[in-house]
Amino acid sequence: MQARKKYVLLGLCTCCWLLLFYWGGLQERLLGFLARHRNEVPRPWPDWLDRALLPAYVEPGKLEGSGGVGESPQQRRQAWASIYKDSRCRMETCFDFGRCRGRDGFRVYMYPPEKGERVSESYRKILASVAESRYYTADPREACLFVLGIDTLDRDQLSAQFVSNVDERIRGYPLWNDGRNHVIFNLYSGTWPNYTEDLGFNVGQAILAKASPNTEHFRPGFDVSIPLFSKDHPQKGGERGWLLRNSVPPRRKYLLMFKGKRYLTGIGSDTRNALHHIHNGKDIVSLTTCRHGKDWEKHKDTRCDHDNQEYERFDYRELLQNSTFCLVPRGRRLGSFRFLESLQAACIPVLLSNGWELPFSDVIQWNQAVIEGDERLLLQVPSTVRAVGIDRVLALRQRTQMLWDAYFSSVDKIVLTTLEIIKDRVYAHISRNKLMWNALPGGLLVLPEYSTHLAHYPFYYLNLGVSTGQEFTAVIHATSPLVSQSQPIMKLLQVVSKSKYCSQIIIVWNSEKPPPQRSKWPPMPVPLIVTDGRRKVSTSSRFLPHAAIETEAVLSLDEDTVLLTSEVNFAFLVWRGFPERIVGYPPRSHFWDPVKKLWGYTSKWTNEYSVVLTGAAFYHRYYHHLFSHYLAPSLRALVDRTSNCEDILMNFLVSSVTHLPPIKVAQRKQYKELPGPQSTNMAPWANPEHFNQRQECVDTFASWFGYMPLVHSQLRLDPVLFKDHVSVLRKKYKDLERA
Amino acid sequence: MDRGPPQCARCSTGLNCPWPSPIPERGDLSCRMHTCFDVYRCGYNPKNRIKVYIYPLQRFVDDVGVPISSTGLSREYNDLLSAISDSDFYTDDVTRACLFVPSIDVLNQNSLRIRETAQALATLPRWDKGMNHLLFNMLPGGPPDYNTALDVPRDRALLAGGGFSTWTYRQGYDVSIPVYSPLSDEVDLPERQPGPRRYFILSSQTAIHREYRVELERLKEENGEALLLLDKCSNLSQDMASARKRCYKGQMYDYPQILQESSFCVVLRGARLGQATLSDVLQAGCVPVIMADSYILPFSEVLDWKRASVVIPEEKLPEMYMILKSIPPRQVEEMQRQARWFWEAYFRSMRAIGLTTLQIINDRIYPYAACTYEHWNNPPVVKWSSVNSPLFLPLIPPRSPGFTAVVLTYDRVESLFRVITEIAKVPSLAKLLVVWNNQNKSPPEESLWPKIAVPLKVVRTKENKLSNRFFPFDEIETEAVLAIDDDIIMLTSDELQFGYEVWREFPDRLVGYPGRLHLWDHEMGKWKYESEWTNEVSMVLTGAAFYHKYFNYLYTYKMPGDIKNWVDAHMNCEDIAMNFLVANITGKAPIKVTPRKKFKCPECTAIDGLSLDQTHMVERSECINKFASVFGTMPLKVVEHRADPVLYKDDFPEKLKSFPNIGSL
Repeated sequence: MQARKKYVLLGLCTCCWLLLFYWGGLQERLLGFLARHRNEVPRPWPDWLDRALLPAYVEPGKLEGSGGVGESPQQRRQAWASIYKDSRCRMETCFDFGRCRGRDGFRVYMYPPEKGERVSESYRKILASVAESRYYTADPREACLFVLGIDTLDRDQLSAQFVSNVDERIRGYPLWNDGRNHVIFNLYSGTWPNYTEDLGFNVGQAILAKASPNTEHFRPGFDVSIPLFSKDHPQKGGERGWLLRNSVPPRRKYLLMFKGKRYLTGIGSDTRNALHHIHNGKDIVSLTTCRHGKDWEKHKDTRCDHDNQEYERFDYRELLQNSTFCLVPRGRRLGSFRFLESLQAACIPVLLSNGWELPFSDVIQWNQAVIEGDERLLLQVPSTVRAVGIDRVLALRQRTQMLWDAYFSSVDKIVLTTLEIIKDRVYAHISRNKLMWNALPGGLLVLPEYSTHLAHYPFYYLNLGVSTGQEFTAVIHATSPLVSQSQPIMKLLQVVSKSKYCSQIIIVWNSEKPPPQRSKWPPMPVPLIVTDGRRKVSTSSRFLPHAAIETEAVLSLDEDTVLLTSEVNFAFLVWRGFPERIVGYPPRSHFWDPVKKLWGYTSKWTNEYSVVLTGAAFYHRYYHHLFSHYLAPSLRALVDRTSNCEDILMNFLVSSVTHLPPIKVAQRKQYKELPGPQSTNMAPWANPEHFNQRQECVDTFASWFGYMPLVHSQLRLDPVLFKDHVSVLRKKYKDLERA
Repeated sequence: MDRGPPQCARCSTGLNCPWPSPIPERGDLSCRMHTCFDVYRCGYNPKNRIKVYIYPLQRFVDDVGVPISSTGLSREYNDLLSAISDSDFYTDDVTRACLFVPSIDVLNQNSLRIRETAQALATLPRWDKGMNHLLFNMLPGGPPDYNTALDVPRDRALLAGGGFSTWTYRQGYDVSIPVYSPLSDEVDLPERQPGPRRYFILSSQTAIHREYRVELERLKEENGEALLLLDKCSNLSQDMASARKRCYKGQMYDYPQILQESSFCVVLRGARLGQATLSDVLQAGCVPVIMADSYILPFSEVLDWKRASVVIPEEKLPEMYMILKSIPPRQVEEMQRQARWFWEAYFRSMRAIGLTTLQIINDRIYPYAACTYEHWNNPPVVKWSSVNSPLFLPLIPPRSPGFTAVVLTYDRVESLFRVITEIAKVPSLAKLLVVWNNQNKSPPEESLWPKIAVPLKVVRTKENKLSNRFFPFDEIETEAVLAIDDDIIMLTSDELQFGYEVWREFPDRLVGYPGRLHLWDHEMGKWKYESEWTNEVSMVLTGAAFYHKYFNYLYTYKMPGDIKNWVDAHMNCEDIAMNFLVANITGKAPIKVTPRKKFKCPECTAIDGLSLDQTHMVERSECINKFASVFGTMPLKVVEHRADPVLYKDDFPEKLKSFPNIGSL
């Protein structure tokens, strides 16, 4: 039996070897055969009978190789640092991580501009953004990153902004260190006629944050590609994108448009000179003009006059607004202003700029927001964009808006994104993943120090297919000393702890008196933690990211809040449906005062609201972290100084993240409402001074954000049977209807 | 044994060829798709698929008959090529091909004669400076310096390489691939539930540099049992077995099974950057801790490795324990699941590796048809449970131009006219569209219709189908649609206007008036439809509901299974189907607006005379069960809230309220 098996095996073996050896010959015959039957099934790769007898690509023992001895890793790393320099820089070899290990971690130092230094408008804005960022330091010793005071944005020698003798000056910087840990911003490099990427000085080992870089020169994982922006680009805030609605079908009047210069000669003219070919006068509008430069008439061809005329007939902004796709071809350089313009206008960019390393390509997935074309395939562009389905158009278009708003709409955002990208590289194991960068609300609002886990944020429940937590933590802000067992806080503790969703209660003790002894507090069915907030300056301490908060949901309460357990339960269930928003009870509203030309604030009853007070509100605990680390210290200082406005600031913050209003839920009448002016109650919030401060706060906050993030809502969420004429026995939240 | 005749097309590579066989250039580091790739070969194609040609197998020998490779075709490369030929990338027509894959096996550089292999490549009939040729290599370089890319000169050929560093990898041109581990095929490791494991960190590699091993041992001393530091077994006789055994102080462990016992598994660089251990670790669902400076992770162009691994600079090896401890346990679980998914989808076989590589190249050539982040990175269970709403941008559309009311009617003209007159009072109404669903009777002549301030348009349908009400008519020019039955006359203008305002705040949801609920019937073990007044809502009836026109398009063209036909056949449940559809794609609950109203039989939609009887309700329960089985899940979300105007029932002068006339019967 055994022997037979062996023979069979041997036979098979030989067969296969023969097959293997004579395959070539056999195959030629086969090919001849196939040629006669062209349209039959393609002959797939042979299915070897003896596949098992083929050798493995590597012997199992040799797979790992022998790494035990050989070059010492430490020596190798040192050797690398000397080999991979300049054009071959990487973070591992050209960046000194040691500088970023300080107590404060990532700090950015800015060289003070020298006297009489001419700095362009754009560079001034960049410097201002750095100086205002939370990473700024005035002390070069604690800096991890350095930003030059010399304007390096425009390195076109023909430009008026060109700064000469940069080389000499940076070598004079004692901290220059061949550019290590420096970041150099640049918008224009090279000049007529070649527009090379040379900056005209030796950047050494500095990180280039540059517009229009070519992939060929771009040092991956080291340089940062930034967008080309104009000197009118706003410092902060920035205009929203133009998309107001998701029309269906999403096609606009024109399918595809281009309006711009046609280069007749020189670099970039290959593409620009061909664009007119796709113009069909109907849904594809490609308008070119020859009129640019001083001596355009010298190169003028037969098309020019007619084209120039056509060109004048269409308005660029109107085309932006009325086109589904916008061509973004290369100009002399790879990037152009029209890239950001199209992005903002929700006109899906169709890129024709081969070799362009797209802005923030490290982190942004551009293929979900633009159509990456190929200059060589210009004539295919019309059929390509025609074939894009309506779902895709809707998705691409919304993504242009998301990216515009998250990373591009202001100089602040562009600069901060650059810094955050570098920071993510420096602290790679505490950095954002691609989803954080590409999903709403965008990477700048996701601080990885809080957590690297997606489910810890309020934004990704739907992306991950998980639901929000089932419990909340009540955080009570206490300012009055504990003198009696009938104080409102005692009642509040009872009401809140009775909620089946409450998992813990934290009292932030902010009274001048020390916190009372443990035994003074009533026994609780849930853990009660008292933290002494007094050392941390008062008012904003209620939003400190207390490590003790274990749940995603926070119920923020003032000590004198009057609530029912069923109100709490209902609001919590509502919050679970809107975990990224504030869900609370008493509403307030902002408005524009056209006389004073200021933002105003009102506590009057109105048909709409844009703020809910955080004296009683649910929100995600991540907002504690954002409040303490994302907002400028000056804003928190204002809140602490005046002991006021912390709730307004929280509403500003959350609405700036979500672009949505907070949610007001049903409440019983008794809830402490701001009494009329005749009230004698002198609680701080009843003080007119207090109210005036709040007016000012709204205006101050709006100017820090650079726009008014608050959004109005006209609705309130009530229990389904709220005040309906059905038996109270049917109603789950009947308590809410008691007067 | 006879080697057989040399079978290079007509001669063998070497000096006695009739033409000199050139050696390709080394490979240009500046190559990118737009400079070194002939995109015209791929062309525009409606399927957006590249076509891949595989050269027939040839045996290359030099002029003295010595083969260019010591192994010839390996099992792995054979599997790769046969996977490509079985895929829909494959073409046998060399003239139509966009990408060419040589049948010369260069997976392992060590078994190659470099110069001769290069010559062999250059003899390929379509070589043309390597243009559009794709080479697969997993083990590049050789002693002593182990280059990180294949040393075979290869002109402009694309390289799918298994150990690129940032200096050799041409971003957007090359593809970084895994080093295939034969254990993927040999060993069956069942997937384990994510969660804490016996060990926290495990190191299983046997060829770790002495310096690093010392470092690991120090970590082991500091943290004891949490670390398991394995090495070769010294007392084993056969080296075949040693690949499957690891030892620690005389204790023997089965490899790779032991990897399943640890939360994190170390993958340190060896002489090469790419390590087959990575594949074993992923297979075991252990989170890889990758320490290989400058290494381009496999398929990093599309895979989000931060969600499946921890990358630590080699220098920080001493801090590894601390760094890993700082990762939240729930994130570790997600990473474990993610790691296993990466192996299953992209590492487990040569087929997976080969087709993933082609898909990546395909995505570059047809970027507008590229797979999404979610497609690449979400494991099936997440793909199943997550949603990516098509209307994801938080927009509150402006009040103007208002909404289009779509009234489905059959022949109840009188009632229809009353509805039209009522709706016409709503300030934000932009247009009224009557869908005339009666083929036997013509709509009343124009002069008889109520005179209203907005355009009124009648469309006649070809068949009396319920789904006609959800057709994305071109006449609907607004985003917002109000679907309303021809007998809903009880809604006030304030209620309708308020409904529209609510829709503006939730444009991706169904915003409707009467709410309904689905319930699980424990006795019957199936879903039940509930129309009683309950504290909860999971559906709103589309007899009066606002929604985005996009959902018309979805209902008409993208409704899963046979639901649409089912609805038309039964003349019932079109509203339930719409609720399923919207909830399924947005993951969100509908919004019921305003208080209870007496609706005249809102369930009996367009069908005249059908009474609200038991059978009708039973049928709606059946609908829920039917739809849930078609969707494969129950997408409906239950909520306990409805939307009212801010000041509803508040003690406030009615005349100052925006929507005073709400809830009146």
